[in-house]
Parts: sequence; structure tokens; C-alpha cells
Amino acid sequence: MLRIDGITKIFGGLTALEDVSLFVNKGSITGVIGPNGAGKTTLFNIVTGLYTQTSGDVYLEEKNISLYAPEVLAGLGLVRTFQNVELFGQMTVLENVMVGLHTKSKSGIISCSFKLPGQIKEERYIKEKALHWLEYTGMADAAEIKANNLPFGKGRLLEISRALAVEPKLILMDEPAAGLNSRETSALANLIRKIRESGITIVLVEHDMELVMDICDSIVVLNLGKKLAEGTPREIQENPAVISAYLGES
Amino acid sequence: MDNSRQLIQYVLSGLSNGAIYALIGFGFAIIYNATGIINFAQGEFVMLGGMLTLFFLVFLNFPLVPSIVLAILISTAVGIAFERLAIRPLKNANPLSLVIITIGASILIRGIAMLVWGKDTHALPAFSGNEPLHIAGATIMPQHLWIFSITVLIIAANKLFFNYSIIGKAMRACAYNSQAASLVGINVKTMVLLSFVISSAIGSMAGIIIAPLTMTSYDVGIMLGLKGFCAVIIGGMSSGLGTVMGGLLLGLLESLGAGYISASYKDAIAFIILLLILFIRPEGLFAKKETERV
Amino acid sequence: MTKEKREILIFLIFTLAVLITPLFLRGSYYLNVLVFIGINTMLAIALNLLLGYAGQISLGHAAFFGLGAYISGILTTRFSFDPWLAMIISALMSGGLAFIIGFPILKLKGHYLAMATLGFGIIMFIIFNETVALTGGPSGLSGIPNIHINSLVFDNDLNNYYLIWVITLMVMLLSINLSQSRIGRALRAIHDSEVAARVMGVNARVLKVQIFAVSALISAVAGSLYAHTMTFISPASFGFNFSIELVTMVIIGGLGSIYGSFLGAAILTVLPEFLRVLQDFDIVVYGLMLILMTMFMPGGLISGLRLIGEAIGSRIKRKSVSNA
Ligand SMILES: Nc1ncnc2c1ncn2[C@@H]1O[C@H](COP(=O)(O)OP(=O)(O)OP(=O)(O)O)[C@@H](O)[C@H]1O
Ligand SMILES: [Mg+2]
Repeated sequence: MLRIDGITKIFGGLTALEDVSLFVNKGSITGVIGPNGAGKTTLFNIVTGLYTQTSGDVYLEEKNISLYAPEVLAGLGLVRTFQNVELFGQMTVLENVMVGLHTKSKSGIISCSFKLPGQIKEERYIKEKALHWLEYTGMADAAEIKANNLPFGKGRLLEISRALAVEPKLILMDEPAAGLNSRETSALANLIRKIRESGITIVLVEHDMELVMDICDSIVVLNLGKKLAEGTPREIQENPAVISAYLGES
Repeated sequence: MDNSRQLIQYVLSGLSNGAIYALIGFGFAIIYNATGIINFAQGEFVMLGGMLTLFFLVFLNFPLVPSIVLAILISTAVGIAFERLAIRPLKNANPLSLVIITIGASILIRGIAMLVWGKDTHALPAFSGNEPLHIAGATIMPQHLWIFSITVLIIAANKLFFNYSIIGKAMRACAYNSQAASLVGINVKTMVLLSFVISSAIGSMAGIIIAPLTMTSYDVGIMLGLKGFCAVIIGGMSSGLGTVMGGLLLGLLESLGAGYISASYKDAIAFIILLLILFIRPEGLFAKKETERV
Repeated sequence: MTKEKREILIFLIFTLAVLITPLFLRGSYYLNVLVFIGINTMLAIALNLLLGYAGQISLGHAAFFGLGAYISGILTTRFSFDPWLAMIISALMSGGLAFIIGFPILKLKGHYLAMATLGFGIIMFIIFNETVALTGGPSGLSGIPNIHINSLVFDNDLNNYYLIWVITLMVMLLSINLSQSRIGRALRAIHDSEVAARVMGVNARVLKVQIFAVSALISAVAGSLYAHTMTFISPASFGFNFSIELVTMVIIGGLGSIYGSFLGAAILTVLPEFLRVLQDFDIVVYGLMLILMTMFMPGGLISGLRLIGEAIGSRIKRKSVSNA
């Protein structure tokens, strides 16, 4: 599904990623873990077209997407969530998800201004679909709440709902469990599984090891911008290099 | 002979205007580096410097030096009031609100100046007369010398202050990373206030030394402020020397453009340069490029 | 009542109010002020689409207003175009210019965008002043013909009132529609988080430029109408101060509210009339208003009105419940 090939990213003098390669199988849940500052978010930023890598390539289903803009990638079925929740704060929960349906609709400025018949139909479709995704993630009750007024945990959930509305093939989630309590975390685990069941591939950056070990099929460990190890959760848990990287950090 | 004398004249007036732009640009950069705010009211400090000096010197018949000192003190007080009343209460505001607040402040200051002093344009007497000096074949006004020497002094003082004094270093630390700075015990709020103090003082000084050459009125702050901003954009926000170069370059291009191309488009030159640089190299000609954090 | 129905009802009531207002007015002075409110409403809405919805500031919007006025004025006076045709051409040219310069300008953000648009505005102002052969320079361009439909000439205050306000109402309706569509949502999304909007598939770069062009186009229509109703224009109306006045209208009325733009335009048009006794005092008041509104009422007056409306609404509801 996703192939990352020798990515290096240098910020000024700082090498955030160095020759990182990894492969994500279709329909899998892949975990990316590593200590703070390992370069996980930077990797996501490169894959989703927000940063340009210093060298290396990214392939989505064999297509080289190295230089694609985020909005183009959304159209190709690649979305993400953000570590520092990036909601549309002044908009309602429902409207947030409706923005997720942007690529599924096409009325332009003229047909929207004049409310041409096609646009009215499309608008109805967008609203229905958005409500559907809110049902799917169990957020339908909150539809009319302004996103800024959501409790933090619900904000993370809204990011996922909004990403699902794009009907992606691949979702990158950046620390979706950060700041969640244990009940919310286990609900999140179930939701992630449910999303995978529906055929969507997931890449997950997460510090909550229990969650990662629980739901991931395979795990990649980054440390100081380099790939340290990869394998099944069990292999990773037993890998001495990984253990020392984590112990060394704390 | 006549041609080259004219050229020298253009270059001289270009450089002296440019020095002023550089000083105003410094004011922008100091506040920007401390707060991330572009202070649209920067030009008003320049206006205040000129108008207040005029007020004390010509209207109240004070001697020159006390007039200048008073003008700088009052402008700085305005800068402090502005920071305390409008900037500090507005924690974590988005750039849009900050732009609007500083625009509001600039209109307010300008409006009050107009109410107090009226709409007339005035000339401030030159500091040491209008008798031109002849140096190596070129004629030079004493005021030019004042401008050059005061500018050099201010720039040198800035350099010393930010590079060698404890407070200056603390201010730079705040600019670099205010969270980390407050962790090591630097009072970030004071540093922000200080940046307003320094930049309003420098701004008013610039306004005082240029006023004898260009006349002054309640609304000179708009154009001078904008050109100072041009200077700092040409140089790049983080580069002190760049700002000086930017100011001088702008002053030269303007005065040569006005002299040889068209005087009526003089002001347009600055803005065309501004737009070109913002389009092509928004980080400035003399600064390094950075990746914006997402 | 659904949100949508309520929106239509409000618009109908507003339209009705606009249409019957002249019946209650005596004398051309008030009509004249209302004509200006209409023009300023269009301009404020145009800027609001950019500033309030997409969150992109422009401190040079008076330039597009001026461009619309001058292109229309020049085409009709010097090349005897029909005013309607001139209006269409001026709108398209201004929109086109905005589209072209929009790509480099809207790459900039925050303060830099503010400075770049300001610079653009000043350059245009200098051009209006200096291209004397075309624009008449600082002394202005006079003798601009009135608009007419067959024999109906819009040359008196009542006719002008209806001409301006029918078009203003159209601009309002189209803008309301736009703001409630997927485009409106995408613009607000860009405002709140451009990065997230892009990741959701919104082509922020192009959309920002498009809305900039639309905004310039509406401003140019307002400019053209201004030229044909006043029959005289001069650069002084299109300078930096007016750009700031437009921003003030949008902020005071309410960012992201079409009716707010009307409110802001109305207040800023009427205020100088009241302040005339205090000559030149208006500029101080604008400055204060900008600062105070941004600090204490960032949603603008319309949000205050809405709060009051809601309070009254819930009062009434509670009463009717307790009565039943
Ligand atoms: N735009 C940028 N400019 C400069 N340095 C950056 C930028 N973005 C990230 N970095 C640096 O790159 C390194 C990796 O950062 P990154 O955010 O990818 O880490 P991470 O693995 O996501 O950490 P965390 O677990 O804390 O989220 C850090 O040292 C960070 O400071
Ligand atoms: Mg991270």
C-alpha cells in the first residue's frame, strides 16, 4: 500500500530523518514508535506532502507521490490526523466532517452562489454522508456543537471522523490516544479495528505501548531519525536495541 | 561635471533617507523578534518624534537638546502605554487581531496628533544651520552629517546592547524561544515591554533627525513606517546588518529613480521593491530560509 | 423552523425593509446616505468573504473599488461605452487582475500579507494619481454618464437608491448562498487550520486566489456603480484610508457575517455624518473602535445582537412554557 524509500530530512543543521525506509501492507495496522523527537511526525509530514524531503521517495500503491500536495493526496485516498489536534474550531462538529467530504463533491463558486439544482442535491448528499460518519464514530449527538467547545478526547475522535469522510484507502494517525483516559483509549482501539475491518489501511504513531502492542500487526521503531528495528509486536518487545533506546531515554 | 555633481547629490540624499529607513526598520525588527508582531504603528513613533520636537522647539521655544530629549521620552511613553493597554492584554491572539490592533493604534495616534497639532506641514530647523559644507568637491548639508553620525551611533549601540549586555542577550533568547527563556528565569513580559521601549525610542529619534530635511506633519508616519518596513523586508527580519543594507539600498534606488526616471513615481518604487521581494524571497535578501513548522 | 428556512425568512424581511424604506423618507439627503450605505455594504461583503471567511487580510481593497470606478469611468467618458458594458468589463478586468496577482500575494500569510496588499493598494493609488491622461489625475474624472435602462435614467436619488440596493441585495443573497455551501465551509476551514483543510482535500492555494478574485470583482462592481451614480471620481476616495475604513466596517459589523457587513457599513457611513460637528474626529473614533472591538468583541456587533436576540428568544420561550 505505502512504500517509503530512503527518506532523509534535514532542517538547517538538524537531521530529523536519515535514510528511513518502510513498507505498509494493504489492510494492515502498522505502528511507528520511538522516543520524543525521533522524527515520527516529520515522517508523516513528508508522506502527506506538508514537508518536502531532502532525499528519498514515497510510493502509494506503486505511484510515486513524493512531490504531491496534501490536497492531491486526499483525492488519492491518503489522509491523516494531527498530534496537536487541528480542528476547524469555529465550525460545528457536523461542518468539520462536511469539509472531509470536499473531495467527494465538486460544485464551484458559481453554482454555489446561485444554488444551481445540482449543488442543492450535492449539499444534501454531503450532509447525509457526514451524519453517517458521525454515527459511525458515535459522535452524532455532538453534531451541532462548535468544535472548539468539544472535550479533548472528542476532538481526537472528530479528527478521525473527518478523516473517514474522505473515504481514504490509508489513514495516518499521529498519537490518536494522547490525552485520552483508559475508557476512551479502549473505545479508540475498537474503532481502529473497526476501521481496519472496513478495508482501510492504518499507520499509527503512538506512545501508548499497550495500545500499540495490542492492535498493530507490525511495528517500526525510529530513534534519532533512524530506523532502529521493525517486526511484529512480540519481536519488537524482545529486541534489545529497542529496549535500550527506550531505557536510555528515561 | 554638472552631471556627476548631481549624481553625488542624489546619492547623498538617498543614503540619508536610507539611513532613516534602516533605523525605522530596526524598530520593526526589534518588536517582531520579541513578539512575532509587525507593529503597524511603528511609523507613528517616527511622526511623534518629529512633531513633538517641533512642538517644544518652535511652539514653546525650548532649546534644541531638551526638546529632543522630551520628544523621545514622550514617544517612548506612548510606546509603553500601547504595549500595556493593547498588546499585553491580548495574549495568544491570532496574527489577524494583532494586525488590526496595531493598525487601530496607528490611526488613533495619528488622529490625536492631528487634533492636537492640526493638519499643517512644518519644517523643523536644521540642528546646526543650513550652510552647506564642501568636502572633497561635494556639497553636503550639516543635517546629513547629523543623520549619518546618529544612525551609526544607534546601530553600534544596538549591536553592543544585543550582543554584549545581559539584558540584550536575554531579549535575544526570548526571541529565539520564549518558553525556554522563561524556564531559565527570564521575565518574558518585561522583555516584550523593553522591545517596545527601544523601538519607539529609535523610531522617534529617526523622526527627529529627518524632520529638518523632509518637513513633518501628523501623517508622515504612514509612508516612513512603510518604507522602514520595506528596509527590514529587503534585509530579512533576523539580520541587523541586512536591515541597514536594505534601508540604504531602498533610499538609493528611490532617490536615483526619482532623479533619473520619474519623481512622481518615487513612492511607488519602494512598494514595487517590497512586493517583488515578498514574492520572490520573503525571508529577505540577507537571511537564511527556514521550514515552517506544521 | 429549519436553519435554512429561517435564513430565507430573514432575507425576505430585510429585502422588504429595503424596498419600502424610501416611502418613509423625505428629502434627498437620507436617500443619498442610504445609497452610500448600499455601496459600502457591497464593499464590506466583498472584503468579508476574504477576511471573515477565508481569514486572509487585505489592506488594499480600496484599489479594486477604485479600479472598478476608473475603468468604468474611462470607458464611458473617453470611449463612449455603454455604462452596463463598462461595468461588466471593469468587474472582469479587476477580478482578472486580482486572480493574477493573487497567486504570489496569497502565498504570504499574516503580517506579510497585510503589508503586501497595503503596498499593492498604494501602488494603485499612485497610478490613479499619475496617469493623468487617462484618469485626470488628482483633480479627478468628471462627466461620467448615468446608468440607464432604455429611457429609465438613474439620475435622481430615488432611482439610484433602487439601482444600488437591488444589486446590493443580489450580492448579499449570492454571498449568503456561497457562505453556506461547500465553498464557504472550505474557506472557513482554511481560516481555522489551513494545514488540516489541505489534508482534507481543499486546494487552499487556488481557493484563496479565487475568492480574492471574486472579492475584487464585487468591489469593482461597487466602484463602477459609484462612478455612474456620482458622475465624478477622484483618487482621494480610493486611498489607504478607505482601505482601512473597509476593514473597520467588516470588523465592527462582524467577521464572517453578511448582515454584519451591512451593519458595519451602515455605522461607518452614518457616523461621519454625526461627527461632522466635530470635524476630523472620525479617524480617532475608528482607531478606538478597531482596538476595542478586537479586544472585547471579536465577533463584532452582529454577535452582540445575536446574543441579545437569543436571550429574548429564550425568555419568550420560557414564558410561553410557564403560561401553558
Ligand atoms: N519545521 C521544523 N523545523 C526545524 N526542526 C524541526 C521541524 N519539525 C521538526 N523538527 C525537528 O525534527 C525532530 C523530529 O521532530 P518530530 O516532530 O518529527 O518528532 P516526533 O518523533 O514526532 O516526536 P514526538 O514524539 O515528541 O511527537 C525534532 O528535533 C524537531 O525539533
Ligand atoms: Mg510527533
